[in-house]
Amino acid sequence: MLLDQLKERFGADLVAAESARDEETIVIVRERALEVMRALRDEEAFAFDFLADLTAVDWPARTPRFDVVYHLHSIKRGHRLRVKVATGEPEPSVTSVTELWKSADWFERECYDMFGIHFEGHPDLRRILMYDSFEGHPLRKDYPVNRRQPMIPETDPILNPLRPSR
Amino acid sequence: MALPARWSKNAEVTDSTGETMEIQMGPSHPASHGTIKFNLKLDGEQIVDCDIEVGYLHRGFEKMCEQGTWTQCFPYTDRLNYASPCINNVGFALAVERLLGVTAPERCQYARVIMSEVHRLADHLTCLGMAAGELGAQSVMFYMMEAREFLYDLVEAVTGARLTVTWCRAGGIARDLPADLDARIALAFSHLDGILSDCDKLLSRNRVFIDRMADIGVMAADEAISYGLSGPLLRAAGVAYDVRKAHPYLVYDRFEFEIPTGEKGDNYDRFNVRFQEMYQSKRIIEQAMRSLPEGPIALDDPRIVLPSKERVYNSIEGLMNHFKLIMEGIKVPAGEVYQSVEGSNGELGFYVVSDGSGRPYRVRVRPPCFLGMGALSRMLVGHMIADIVATFGMINMIGGECDR
Repeated sequence: MLLDQLKERFGADLVAAESARDEETIVIVRERALEVMRALRDEEAFAFDFLADLTAVDWPARTPRFDVVYHLHSIKRGHRLRVKVATGEPEPSVTSVTELWKSADWFERECYDMFGIHFEGHPDLRRILMYDSFEGHPLRKDYPVNRRQPMIPETDPILNPLRPSR
Repeated sequence: MALPARWSKNAEVTDSTGETMEIQMGPSHPASHGTIKFNLKLDGEQIVDCDIEVGYLHRGFEKMCEQGTWTQCFPYTDRLNYASPCINNVGFALAVERLLGVTAPERCQYARVIMSEVHRLADHLTCLGMAAGELGAQSVMFYMMEAREFLYDLVEAVTGARLTVTWCRAGGIARDLPADLDARIALAFSHLDGILSDCDKLLSRNRVFIDRMADIGVMAADEAISYGLSGPLLRAAGVAYDVRKAHPYLVYDRFEFEIPTGEKGDNYDRFNVRFQEMYQSKRIIEQAMRSLPEGPIALDDPRIVLPSKERVYNSIEGLMNHFKLIMEGIKVPAGEVYQSVEGSNGELGFYVVSDGSGRPYRVRVRPPCFLGMGALSRMLVGHMIADIVATFGMINMIGGECDR
């Protein structure tokens, strides 16, 4: 039902749509992602007011490599949807949805931190879980779990601050 | 850690020189439980801007889950929201079971509900107790910790551990409920009733407590939904969204319980919502104990559940079965699933992707208190430093869940 409505409404913007294990998933075209998501949030039939989760999955053997996965819930209507946008090397990036849902702010920062996916239009894209001088993006499949990081200089707020004082 | 780009744009400053003070509160601070750094920009005592740094307890949960087998992820899930480990266990177990296409037996589902609610009680006691203690209500903190001790005795009797329970498995639970569970629950509840009543009398109509909590940290319904808040934070704003009612799992749809909601979405409402939820959890546990069925605690499926030790030691088939499941892991069919459970902080989601092998391909935890921390700076701007303690206490940030 929901999938039929989505296919009818978005037509060519959907690359794929499937239903499995009581869940609906659609894959949308990267360039149209923001408009599609805006419609999903604002239109009455869909009313996805709640961005439950935003993450990515790395499929290194595939091109494009990354799937940015959005889990949309509708508190009003009670239905749920998984939306995927594919993006790949050399510089993976998708449009930020922070203007639609404020929860995207931190979710996208974490996705950037862990996968290196750039979110265009994000107001403040910087690492969130790892420290600033961390090298690499840990959840990528080519980041070995036992890789060591270089030692970083000890910071002293007065003698060697990490950020410039005024 | 780099400061946000917007840092240089001041909010309104009343200081005659227009100067603000930048100070860091954390990561280790006696009044905030958990390692969190607040980069504060202050105009006197008032917070002009606030940037919150998390990640001090990041241990690479999602990466580590990809390294072992499916069953080896369960100990990791204990260490997510470590105040309510059974709920995390249950969430992950349900996700794997959905990928496998199986449902655990009835007794197992009832047992999981009972332990989830016991842990919800323990988590709310921890949250409210510590928050009260940080505000100066030391007695309430100790009373609630005492009540929690009785619940931990219960958890230890059922699972064998107080915190790192690792009690659920794909397709069942590791140990059955003890025969005297009724008596143990009655004992725990007899103490809990008195303590909750005392704490209610000490705090709910307490002038100082209300002054510190009411109208502080307000987050109204629309904004709360936009920030992705769920659980007590969202219910305090008046939205009656509870995963146990909206998308029932296990056997929650068989029990009668209410969803307490607040009105304004301030700290006082959050306190009341958590407090009332404890009574509702007690109701669920009592109903579940009354209708607890007999039966197996795990599926009788050699592809998923370990065989009994008698079979392992006395038959070659049992030994081979055990060996294959331990060394190679449960072969979960390829696919993905998003399973949400109602954690004590809100919607705890597990997005699990399988590639058909015995090891997970991707395990994503949707952490409810991560969103709470994301919304925290919005709640704090305009308030004073002392309000950070109250608001942060009511968010119930558990480092293990927020940072993973």
